[in-house]
Amino acid sequence: MTYSPIDRAAAKTPDGVARRIRGLSDRTIAWIFVAPTIFLLLAVNIFPLIWTIRLSFTNFRVNRPNNAVEWVGLRNYERILTDPDVWNTMQATAHFLIWTITLQVLIGFTLAYLINKKFRGNDLWTTIIVFPMMLSPAVVGNFWTFLYQPQIGLFNYVVAFFTGVDPASFSMIGDVHLAPWAIVIADTWMWTPFVMLICLAGLRSIPDSIYEAAECDRASKWRQFWTITIPMALPFLMLAVLFRGIENFKMFDLVVQLTGGGPGNTTTLTSIDLKREAFEKWRTGYSSAYAVILFVTVFGLASIYVKALNKVKER
Amino acid sequence: MRTNLMMTAAAGAILATGMTTAAMADGHATDLTLCWAAWDPANSLIELSKDFEEQSGHTMNFEFVPWTSFADRMLNELNSGGQLCDLMIGDSQWIGGGAENGHYVKLNDFFDANGITMDDFLPATVTGYAEWPKNTPNYYALPAYADVVGWTYRKDWFERPELQVEFMDTYGRALDVPANLAELKDIAEFFQGRDIDGTTVYGAAIYTERGSEGITMGVTNVLYNYGFEYENPDQPYDIDGFVNSAGAVEGLQFYKDLYDVGTPPGSSNWYMGENIDAYRSGQVAMQMNFAFIWPGVEADENVGGGNSGYFPNPAGPAGQFAQLGGQGISVVAYSEKQDAALEYIQWFAQPEVQQRWWDLGGASALRAVVEDPDFATSQPYAQTFLDSMAIVKDFWAEPAYADLLIPMQERMHNFVIAGDGTAQEALDGLVRDWIEVFEDEGKI
Repeated sequence: MTYSPIDRAAAKTPDGVARRIRGLSDRTIAWIFVAPTIFLLLAVNIFPLIWTIRLSFTNFRVNRPNNAVEWVGLRNYERILTDPDVWNTMQATAHFLIWTITLQVLIGFTLAYLINKKFRGNDLWTTIIVFPMMLSPAVVGNFWTFLYQPQIGLFNYVVAFFTGVDPASFSMIGDVHLAPWAIVIADTWMWTPFVMLICLAGLRSIPDSIYEAAECDRASKWRQFWTITIPMALPFLMLAVLFRGIENFKMFDLVVQLTGGGPGNTTTLTSIDLKREAFEKWRTGYSSAYAVILFVTVFGLASIYVKALNKVKER
Repeated sequence: MRTNLMMTAAAGAILATGMTTAAMADGHATDLTLCWAAWDPANSLIELSKDFEEQSGHTMNFEFVPWTSFADRMLNELNSGGQLCDLMIGDSQWIGGGAENGHYVKLNDFFDANGITMDDFLPATVTGYAEWPKNTPNYYALPAYADVVGWTYRKDWFERPELQVEFMDTYGRALDVPANLAELKDIAEFFQGRDIDGTTVYGAAIYTERGSEGITMGVTNVLYNYGFEYENPDQPYDIDGFVNSAGAVEGLQFYKDLYDVGTPPGSSNWYMGENIDAYRSGQVAMQMNFAFIWPGVEADENVGGGNSGYFPNPAGPAGQFAQLGGQGISVVAYSEKQDAALEYIQWFAQPEVQQRWWDLGGASALRAVVEDPDFATSQPYAQTFLDSMAIVKDFWAEPAYADLLIPMQERMHNFVIAGDGTAQEALDGLVRDWIEVFEDEGKI
């Protein structure tokens, strides 16, 4: 007779404990196991969320503990949604999101496609490419600040080398037209390897037999790419877009380090704006409403996206 | 004056002996934590405080945070009723919030009981660092570090004969310390992009930082001198027509012009540290900065030792003012070691301690120190420091100062650096923002 690990664990259970749990149903035992996790989730996630929603209807300010807290209804929401500055930060965030995701997916997939080919030094190149995402965003921000320095920065000199312009004649982080691209370039440099790794996982999950069958059918490489590689890697690509989308929607550290949200408000993303409202202006009620709006936006978009992702996976 | 100092020193020694005996005998040697910004003067304070440790038997710990995150970190600490800091050298603008929100201990009774009088300190520092409401005898801090925005310039470059000649030919006057802001801009423009010893140099490093308070601390030095007022002197919180007066608009335009024609490329987010680096590395002929950097400039092997000169913020069409910096030292109301913290303040207020504070590179606000006949010649920058402290003005110190600072940062950076809109629009927008804050605060 063979004993499973569960049987062996049951045999080792002290008699006193065994007697106490003998009468418990499977459902009760399941609850005992999940209860600590549920309690933690409630304490760390759900309660703060409910509390934030409650505060969003008040004029509470955490730096004025002695002031009376008044119920202001939807006034905070109204002020946020009608504030042109908030919409400007939304626009800056949309620009940042769209371009970083587009570039990272295009470059990341291309790199993954190349790395997926067997060649000498493959592992070494993979390690080199992955290096930027191992760094702290604050370090990357600081590092790119130097690269973008008009007088000593390597970036300006590279541009000058190819275009012939004076390197000191333009400032990537000081010019309103260039600064939004400065943060896109730095983020793309840092996070493209992450997209590449996900795409690589997708490409390596495609069985060779499918390509072999296509070869038998005399399908060209181009046709194989569009009818096998892309459709089968698509769920992974979509997953990469989801991860990067959520991450970049809350982007803070890299951009603060690089531009501080400037020049002017050009690179003030919503997360930076929210932080200023919450922890510099200390408008707790207002910033709670702001946070709720952002949460609903991300949650809504992510839900729609996940449904689309599931449909692609089912195909 | 010397006799007074000697007598006070003797009294201080007796007091110190008493303090040590009391602390030791009662077994009340306490671990005190002093919170301040991480900058050069903080190192001097560590050195200075060793005397206090020796005399009192208490141990001093220090929590220093870089300027760019100092307000975030410390205001969080105060707002949450944290007990990390027993003593806080908080920014001058925090005094209103510190007093009204109960973060700081009111020190009037303590001062009275220990013979500390605010008449002994420079009036501007008392108003700026200690009083709330302003111009009332309610004290929540002891002036700890007197500071003001001034200018440093490359004396060695200014004195070069070939540059003197060229400047004279171009502007019809000697290349010297500027008498007013217009002259300062000429000099900045003169040096902009110039080749000096094979290196391209630029005019001036000015404050342009976006994230904390940088550009506000810079632009106010020009605004004040062009006629900007925070409010109607006869009616508090009446700001329309004062903040955005014709003079203020002209002043803001001047700051933008100075940024456009006389500053290094890429200096769009510079504050104290970046300006120091640019100056020390020989990138700029002049720098705007708080006076705290001057001891470091003098000691620098490239730009110190007589190669640099100092001058107060130059006058404008409406007068000569300079942005006040500096801080007062307060006892945190949430501290459980308030007695020991007060002992520190009592010790710190002594004239000989204040004199040593200045000698170590700190900046005393005690009149006995700064009005000493030898003070003005004690350091190459001492006279400029005195002249600058006599013309200070400060930003709002309301409890809502952060709400007032952030829109100013935003509006000024948008116009000066990003070139968005006009000076008039920027200041009109600022008026709207500030009125909204004051309405929220119930002040108007």
